Order: sequence, then structure tokens, then C-alpha cells
Amino acid sequence: MTVDWSWHAVAEAFPLLLRGLVVTLEITVLAALLSYVLGLVFAVIRMSRIPVLSQLTFLFIEAVRSTPLLVQVFMFYYVLQSQTGILLSAFLSGVIVIGVHYACYTSEVYRAGIEAVPKGQWEAATALNLPRGRVWTSVILPQAVPRVLPALGNYTIAMFKETPLLLGIGVLEMLNRAKEYGAETFRVLEAYTLAGVFFLVISYIASVMVRRLESRVGTL
Amino acid sequence: MSANFGLIVSRILEGLPTTVWATLGGIALTIVLSFAAGLGMLSRLAVVRWVSRFYVEIFRGTSEVVQLFWIFFALPLLVGFQLVPLFAGIVVLGLNHGAYGGEIVRGAVQSVPRAQHEGAIALNLSAANRMVRVILPQAVVEMIPPFNNLFIQLLKSSALLVFISAGEMTEISEQLRPTLGPDLVLVYTVVLVFYLLLAIVITVVMRQLERVGARRLGRVPRERRRVLSRGHAPDSAGGL
Amino acid sequence: MVRFDTVAKRFGDTVVLDNLTFDVAPGEFVTLIGPSGSGKTTILRLLMTLERVTDGAVYVAGQPLSHMRKGDNLVPASEKHLRAARKRIGMVFQQFNLFPNMNVLRNLTEAPVRTLGKSRAEAEERARELLDMVGLAEKAEAHPTQLSGGQQQRVAIARALAMDPKVLLLDEVTSALDPELVSGVLRLLEELVRTTDITFLCVTHEMQFARDVSDRVMVLDGGRIIEDGEPEKIFTEPDNERTREFLHAVLDRP
Ligand SMILES: Nc1ncnc2c1ncn2[C@@H]1O[C@H](COP(=O)(O)OP(=O)(O)O)[C@@H](O)[C@H]1O
Ligand SMILES: [Mg+2]
Repeated sequence: MTVDWSWHAVAEAFPLLLRGLVVTLEITVLAALLSYVLGLVFAVIRMSRIPVLSQLTFLFIEAVRSTPLLVQVFMFYYVLQSQTGILLSAFLSGVIVIGVHYACYTSEVYRAGIEAVPKGQWEAATALNLPRGRVWTSVILPQAVPRVLPALGNYTIAMFKETPLLLGIGVLEMLNRAKEYGAETFRVLEAYTLAGVFFLVISYIASVMVRRLESRVGTL
Repeated sequence: MSANFGLIVSRILEGLPTTVWATLGGIALTIVLSFAAGLGMLSRLAVVRWVSRFYVEIFRGTSEVVQLFWIFFALPLLVGFQLVPLFAGIVVLGLNHGAYGGEIVRGAVQSVPRAQHEGAIALNLSAANRMVRVILPQAVVEMIPPFNNLFIQLLKSSALLVFISAGEMTEISEQLRPTLGPDLVLVYTVVLVFYLLLAIVITVVMRQLERVGARRLGRVPRERRRVLSRGHAPDSAGGL
Repeated sequence: MVRFDTVAKRFGDTVVLDNLTFDVAPGEFVTLIGPSGSGKTTILRLLMTLERVTDGAVYVAGQPLSHMRKGDNLVPASEKHLRAARKRIGMVFQQFNLFPNMNVLRNLTEAPVRTLGKSRAEAEERARELLDMVGLAEKAEAHPTQLSGGQQQRVAIARALAMDPKVLLLDEVTSALDPELVSGVLRLLEELVRTTDITFLCVTHEMQFARDVSDRVMVLDGGRIIEDGEPEKIFTEPDNERTREFLHAVLDRP
């Protein structure tokens, strides 16, 4: 069996995929930022034991985590489009849904990080008569956040690898570019292999960085 | 409630068997590959360790959607035939999650105390018997909670089969979209509820296994926890 | 039966055994005593092939343990050689190391079935005999975690005996037990010494027991044998100053 492999096609697809990669990375970064912030909010609400709200957050988190991201993407994008008249681009919809989905995971990370702060720290802060908000911002979080960074890093890599499913709503990210190129030239093998290599290389570099971070701040 | 509720549910139910088969098939393949890769990474033979590591890193380092596209659309150009969508889906779900499962198996085997290995050596059990009779039965119990998370990730990933038209629930919902515009919220809610129920079934089964396993090892089973609240997700990131 | 020939064991830079040479005759009961860290456990672990010598050689029944003869040379042993060597040796651990995934009976029958090729019925018959001997006949179906420490250790002894060892290694087998459970295990060991021709190497802090049952006592310090002789002599008029200090400390004499 001879493999019909064209380096010419690889060279041709390369710049196209790079353009897709930029979109992929933009989505990853924006969704990640959203998940960092929202995850913390979820965690604090859940731990605050505010009646109803805290339980609702819990149910929301569990429901989101137990159902497919892709269906959530479809639901958010199409429902918003057809029923509210709000025209949110596929790009932004993708960012929001991935960000919220992963916030449900990062909230667990924050929770573990906060619970790892010794009880004595709370007690000491209370003894100093600091207001509750102050205890969070100047005592608890500064201790909890460094420890959660590696886990957040890992989820960021996971988000990066999830972005291709946004081709389902037409986002022109990297895999979609590969698909486009394949459709035009029939060089599907080269296009998808190249996309795979891009993912492999970038998640490799990112995971090396996360591991460095881990050795600096330790794991939870 | 919309007049279309019955229609929606019955249409989505048409996709349920495919989702269930894809998930069960994916889980079966995941278990096989997880043990092969996990034990392979602990092998005494460098070649075996290297091959297992390579498999795990490739499939954790690339995107699952890309893997799906590669196996369904690109692989046929190499081998000359295309896999049936459901089958291709099972293969990808299994290959991808098997790579994550390999780390679960490796970690669980390594978590069995050295003393158990030594007890088995002192009884002159062969290396294979030590693993199969002594170490694995203990390690398997440790694997159940992380595998629970992994299987739910796999169930969620089965929705990706919409891209290769395997006919599962997500695809049915996509088919309903053009005609059921005003009831779109209902369509997706029904689909999500079905996934949620399947996730709960997985968790209930795994919890039961966990309790049986703990009892076998003479541990007091953990108190009953709510079916939701599964604690940490598996390391869905990874990479090399 | 057992021979250490200028055996050295080092972990990195730490010398644990320093050119150790000694013999143990068939059927002899040898007790190893000495301060913590003197290398007693290491000697037993070398014999059980849980560790490998850095230098020198260990022989059991004339066969080199962790090495095999290849022509005139000794080369590191293969797994096959190790398994042949382990046939003669059994070990009982401080922490019992029973298998939690098996009930008591299965703990006793698994190795005879898998390794000695006994039928399950045969192995069970022998296992029940042994359980009867250690006074736990009615616990055959119990789970190890349902037993007291003393009972678990007696199961562990029965499990080792089920493999018919020629040499039995005992590493502080009573140290993890509550005080009231110690005597039961010691009485069992005394009976074994009387009724079998097994060769024993025993590490213990039970000095009275050591004095009663040992044919010989070896005192270790810093990876060397500083004294080796009859128990009466060692316990009443030791030659070595370090031995005297050690015995004073453990026997808590003024
Ligand atoms: N795996 C190991 N790595 C490094 N040092 C070890 C190891 N096992 C034992 N040692 C060292 O060897 C010395 C002797 O240990 P051991 O034989 O257990 O002594 P004992 O049983 O007489 O208390 C101790 O100093 C111990 O720290
Ligand atoms: Mg010791």
C-alpha cells in the first residue's frame, strides 16, 4: 500500500490552519478567563451557604457537568438566535458556553483550594474583627489562588482541545479551516493530520508549563 | 406544555439507543485500552512502556473532535474503506478515554502498598499471579470513582457523533431544529434531561460497584452520598 | 542451610551491611538482636529476595540466591532462578501483609494452588489443618480485617507454613500487636520450633522468648555481627561492651 501523502498540501494548508489557530487560541483565552472568574463566583456562592441560591448553584453545576458541551453550545446559540432576537456571533456564543461549562469545573478547584486554607486562618481573621469581604480578599484568596493555578492550567488545556466542536455552529477555528481545505482539495489526510499535530504541539508546550508551575506552587 | 412535547420525546427516544450503544461500546473499549495502557506503562520491557506512553500522550494531547474527524474522514484514504459511523464513534470514544483511563489504572496499581507485593513474593507467587491475584483486585476498587467520572465524560463526548451522522440523540435534535423553531428550548431540554438521566444511571451503577468492592476488601463502605456531587472531574486536560 | 559470604549491602552511600559472613545450620533457631537500624530486617529481606546484595553472595541449601552459576561465574539471577530459590523460604512480616481481597482460607490456599500446583481441595484440607493448629479453625471464612492483630499474625504464620518452607524468616512478628496478644503468637512459635525441623531466622525484641527458644543469638550493630553465641552466654555474660549496653537498654535494667 502506498500512502498518498503530499507535502505540498501540508505547506499549503499550513498558513490556513495558522489563521484558524489564532481563532482557536482567542476562544481558549477568553473562555478560560470567563471560567476563572465565574468559577470563583460559583465556589464562593456554594460555600457561603446562602439558602436557595447556594443549592441552585450546586444543581446548576452538576447539571452542566453531566451533559454534553456540544448540546449546550447548540442550545445557547440557536435558542438565543431564534427566540430572543439577540444576535450573538457564533464566536462569542462559543466563548460563553465553554467558559460557563468549565466554570462548573473550576469552581470545584477553587473550593478545594479554599478548603485547603487552614481553619485557623479564618479564626485569626475573625479575631481581628475583619469584615467578611475583607477576610476573603486579603486572607483566604491570596492563600488559595496560587495553589489552584496548576489545576486551572490543566482545565485551560482541556478547553483548548474542546474548541473544535464549535465548528458545529460554524466558527472558523482550526479544525474548520482544515475541513474547508480538505473539501476544496480532497487533501483530507494532510489537513486533519496537520491539525492534530498543532494540537499535540501546543498542548505539549502548555502541559510542560503547567508542570513547571506545579513544581513551584505544589499541587492541591 | 407545548403540543409538540410528545413528538419531541418520541423523536429523541429514537436516538437514545445509538447514544446508549455508543456509550456502552466506548466504555467497553475504554476499559480494555485503559488496562492495556496502564499495565503497559508499568511493564518491565522498555519497548512496551514506550509504546503505551506514546499511545496515551498522542490521544491525550490531541483534540477528541480532531481524532473523530481523522478516523472517520482521513483514515479511509489510508486503508481504503470507511468505518460505519457508530463503529467509528465507538473506536474514537474508546481510544480517547482509554488514554485517560491508562493513567487511572497505572495510578491505582501503584497505590497498592509495597507490602502487598512483598507478601506475594514471600509466597513465591509468579509475577503474573502477583498482579492478577493480589494487586489488581485491590487496585480495581481504587479505580472505580475515577472511572465513574471518565465514563460520564465519555457519555458527554458521544454527542460529538453528530459530526459523523451516527444517528444519536444530538443529531435527532439537530434534525428537529429547522421544523420546531418555537419549541427549541423544549427540544434541547429534553435532550439534556436524557443525558442527565444516563449520567445518573452510570453513577448509580458505579457507586454500587464501589460499595461491593469496598466490602470485598473488608472496608466499611462510605456513607451514601447524593447521586450528583461526584467530586473532582478527571484530569480532562493532560497532554504530554 | 543459610550462608552469608562477605555480604555487603549499601543504599547509595549508607552502608547497611558491612561484609557480613555467617552460617546457619539446618533446623537451627537463630535470633538476631541489635539496636534499631543495625541491619536485621535487611538480612531477612535479602534472604527473601526482596533486596539484592551489593556485594558477596547469599546461599540457601548451597544454592546462591540472588545470583546463579554460569560456568565458573556468578551472574545476577533470572526470575526463574529466583522463583526456584524462594521455594525453600517463607517470611512473616511485622504488619502481617495479609491479602485484603481474599478471606482467611483463600489467603492460605492461593499460593499452594498457583505455585505448588496443588488442587484446591488438597490446599484447603492442608489450610484447615494449619488453621486448626494456630487455633483459628472457625475463622476460615472470615475476612482478615475482622480478626484481631494477634489472629491476623497467626493466619500469616499459617499462610507461610502452607508453602512448606525449609527456612522461615520472622521479622518482629509481635511488634505490631497489643501486649495481651503477644503471648499467643509466641506460644505458637515455640510449638513450631518443637514440632518441625524448619530453620528459623528471627528478629525480635522479646528477650525472654529469644532466650528460651534460640539455639544461637547474633548481635548486630552498624551492619556487623558484634557477638554470636549461645543465648545463655549472650544474655548473662556478653563479651562485647555494646551488647551489654544494648541489653541494658532493652531489658530496662538499672
Ligand atoms: N530502601 C532503603 N533505602 C535506604 N536506606 C534503607 C532502606 N532500607 C533500609 N535502609 C537503612 O538501612 C539501615 C538498616 O535498616 P534495617 O535493616 O531495617 O534495620 P533494623 O531492622 O535492624 O532496624 C537503616 O539505617 C535504614 O535506614
Ligand atoms: Mg527492622
